[in-house]
Amino acid sequence: MDKITLTINGQEVKATRGMTVLEAAQSADIYVPTLCHYPDLEPYGGCRLCIVEIEKMRGLPTACTTPATDGMVVTTESSAIQQVRQTSLELILSTHPCDCLECHRRERCGPYDICLRHVAVTDRCVVCPANDNCELQQVADYIGVHELRIPRDTMPRTIDTSNPFFDLDRNRCILCARCVRACQEITGVGAIDMAYRGYGMKVATFGDMPLMDSICRSCGECMVRCPVGAITPKDTVLPEREVKTVCTYCGIGCSMYLGVKDDKVISVRGDEQGPANQGRLCVKGRFGIAEFVNHRERLTTPLIRKNGRLVKASWDEALDFIAGKLGKYRGDEVAVISSAKSTNEDNYVMQKLARAVLGTNNVDHCARL
Amino acid sequence: MAGLVTTFGSGASTNSIKDMSDARCILAIGTNTTEAHPIIGMNMRKAVREGTRLIVANPLEIPLVRDADIWLQHRSGTDVVLLMGMMKVIVDEDLMDTAFIEERCENYDFFKDSLKNYPLSLVENITGVPGEKVAEAARLYATNSPAAIFYTMGITQHTHGTDNVIAVANLAMLTGNVGKPGSGVNPLRGQNNVQGACDVGALPNVYPGYQPVNNEDIKEKFESAWGARLNPTPGKTLTEIMPLAHEGKIKAMYLMGENPSLSDPDSTHVREALRRLDLFVVQDIFLSETAQLADVVLPATSFAEKDGTFTNTERRVQRVRKAIEPVGDSRPDWWITCQIARRMGASGFDFEHPSQIMEEIASVTPSYGGINYSRLEKEGLQWPCPTEEHPGTAILHTELFSRGKGHFVPLEYRPAAELPDDEYPLVLTTDRSLFQFHTGTMTRKVRGLNTFLSEELVAINPGDAEALGIDDGDKIQVISRRGEVTAKAGVTESTPPGTIAMTFHFAETPTNELTNPALDPVSKIPEFKVAAVRVQKIGRVAAKTA
Repeated sequence: MDKITLTINGQEVKATRGMTVLEAAQSADIYVPTLCHYPDLEPYGGCRLCIVEIEKMRGLPTACTTPATDGMVVTTESSAIQQVRQTSLELILSTHPCDCLECHRRERCGPYDICLRHVAVTDRCVVCPANDNCELQQVADYIGVHELRIPRDTMPRTIDTSNPFFDLDRNRCILCARCVRACQEITGVGAIDMAYRGYGMKVATFGDMPLMDSICRSCGECMVRCPVGAITPKDTVLPEREVKTVCTYCGIGCSMYLGVKDDKVISVRGDEQGPANQGRLCVKGRFGIAEFVNHRERLTTPLIRKNGRLVKASWDEALDFIAGKLGKYRGDEVAVISSAKSTNEDNYVMQKLARAVLGTNNVDHCARL
Repeated sequence: MAGLVTTFGSGASTNSIKDMSDARCILAIGTNTTEAHPIIGMNMRKAVREGTRLIVANPLEIPLVRDADIWLQHRSGTDVVLLMGMMKVIVDEDLMDTAFIEERCENYDFFKDSLKNYPLSLVENITGVPGEKVAEAARLYATNSPAAIFYTMGITQHTHGTDNVIAVANLAMLTGNVGKPGSGVNPLRGQNNVQGACDVGALPNVYPGYQPVNNEDIKEKFESAWGARLNPTPGKTLTEIMPLAHEGKIKAMYLMGENPSLSDPDSTHVREALRRLDLFVVQDIFLSETAQLADVVLPATSFAEKDGTFTNTERRVQRVRKAIEPVGDSRPDWWITCQIARRMGASGFDFEHPSQIMEEIASVTPSYGGINYSRLEKEGLQWPCPTEEHPGTAILHTELFSRGKGHFVPLEYRPAAELPDDEYPLVLTTDRSLFQFHTGTMTRKVRGLNTFLSEELVAINPGDAEALGIDDGDKIQVISRRGEVTAKAGVTESTPPGTIAMTFHFAETPTNELTNPALDPVSKIPEFKVAAVRVQKIGRVAAKTA
């Protein structure tokens, strides 16, 4: 790796050649506001909030698209920068319900409080699923917005609720194109793109059809990267804790966090450190786990067939019944079918039971099916 | 797996998932990657966007076709001819890696002679792919090194599945595409822990770590480790066990977490066999179609309620962690099995936590020798990992093949066991959907996934559909020598004329009542990918008269 040194805000920063100025700053814990940048997406330069001053460079280049070079001298805070990015932020906010972002009471506001600023209930930050987890809130707080000098565009935009797992609310969309880029760069599907021009611009599928009628594979990689509350899961309960584990579907072995609340699995999040998946998940992994784990048809008690019907039994009764009967057969009269869904430990004891206790090598699983 | 053992000495995936980005060419044969292995599908598409060349060989127009440089639409069951044809071109045009063949492989001359049986004209005739396209694919694969091969059940689920795998391995050896990043032969595992279940000995012929049961030294090793007398005769595979149960030779079965009454070929026969058992114990998380036939049903915990490890398709052992308490009175599989053993008076089943089981696995399995829970806490480990100091192995066969030299095997074309005829004129091949999984025991419980696909859609070519008077969405009957099922027709050009494709996700349309239980003689895998069927439209139910 080729190491370079640059100076950011008077601080010496070591970086690797190939990094952008933004990445170099972030690696040294220097905050530069941005909304369109995402670590695993290509530089985009769309939101214009990460502008910086660089010695011997004209104007205010965007840090996310400028390669860091050895000896570069960068300033991330100045009145010129602040003036321009404040205007850029106002332009972003002019199409986003934003009155709360300027309000000093935001932290204390409940969904149905009487609002002295007459912000419509549906426009309030407190009713947005991304509230308190919103990058626009963070950026607005950092840059500071006092008033919009541009009139707000309040034209209602369409909400796509066709997907069973997540919604696309274009009223909250800030057109950062992270979702569009994720769908192209991360998944290679390209179900959505930026369509139309000017104030009419929006995230849309081919032919502007609902997501369910498009080629969308419902993996939710767009949702994960949305900085605001435009693409949000239909189920937005926050977990109390998360447990790192491995997906139970196919053989890729995606590392994931199961979100738990009240001893139920309620959410799934990809593990960015996962060696096989680097945070990515498919529709089954992300949305297809919680519901079957907590399903009401789960078996909850042993059952023994009596008079042709399966009836509830205690563990002792069921296990003693099996242990009593299994011993009566010769080795080659018994077969043990293990499972490719179970753990290594489960499979190991299963084949050990077959071989060391039942005296048979008739042990197999569905590897061939 | 048997095919890779013969040629390379190890049946596992040779390379790591993440080194795919190093490949300059990818051959995806018999894999509907974006549907069955979505994250690897994403990787493939990303690699293609960054310049990797992609060859897709598949009878169906799978989604990955749109990303491919070349699509070889060969007839189902003709993979050996296709691959041997490609290899003939490579040898004729002197594109092989002679140094690699000389240094690392054996039996090349014998193999090379067999290639003369595969002129492009014959290849074109049998596979239906224009000879020039086959040659173009061969050149693309051979001249863009490193090149990686990915395959799944489209290669293995044939009566000549082992031959198919050997053909794939021959191709990789011929071009020196083994043992380096971005190359290799990578069977993608369908289930989360197929690799691990095989590794720890849930196979009839081997103990943990693929140590043969019929080897006297190995048997003694396990006898002393387990303190028990062991049976030296290899057991029967699942696909052999079912017929034996049907004949009454196998009388008792203990089955954990599988659903053979939907997943096995000729499943009517399988259900009959299960009903004939004297004692049938099923351990599962749901009352599956199979569990409904059991004498005793034991409620197991799901993966979210237990600790353990899964081994993924790149041989990486990773920790599974308990997130919630067991649902109801369910128990972890290992606990239940140990309880049965203990109540039968056996010793050696006194485990209190899966970590202790892993310690025992490591002590008897050389490739898992250095794996333990405290190491796994930090990161997953790829086997072989023989000692605690060993970092694990990302790429197999880097200097030597597991068996020493890579072994070329000449191959003969053997057609599928059942070919279409006048009575059953169409080929049925099985496929999978992204939105459902295997027999649907888990995914069909998820309402959202069912909104994408909630019933079987038989993919049929518009030409065939028209000839049979079938419109898109019509109810049709699919009939084979073994059974008949009904489903809706999905008329699509993604299926070639003469072939229909079905999944086996839906109990209402048990596709495997149609499939052929004919087995590959070596690996005992059934021929899911070719069965002769006929299709007929079901007359619309007469509308109620006013």
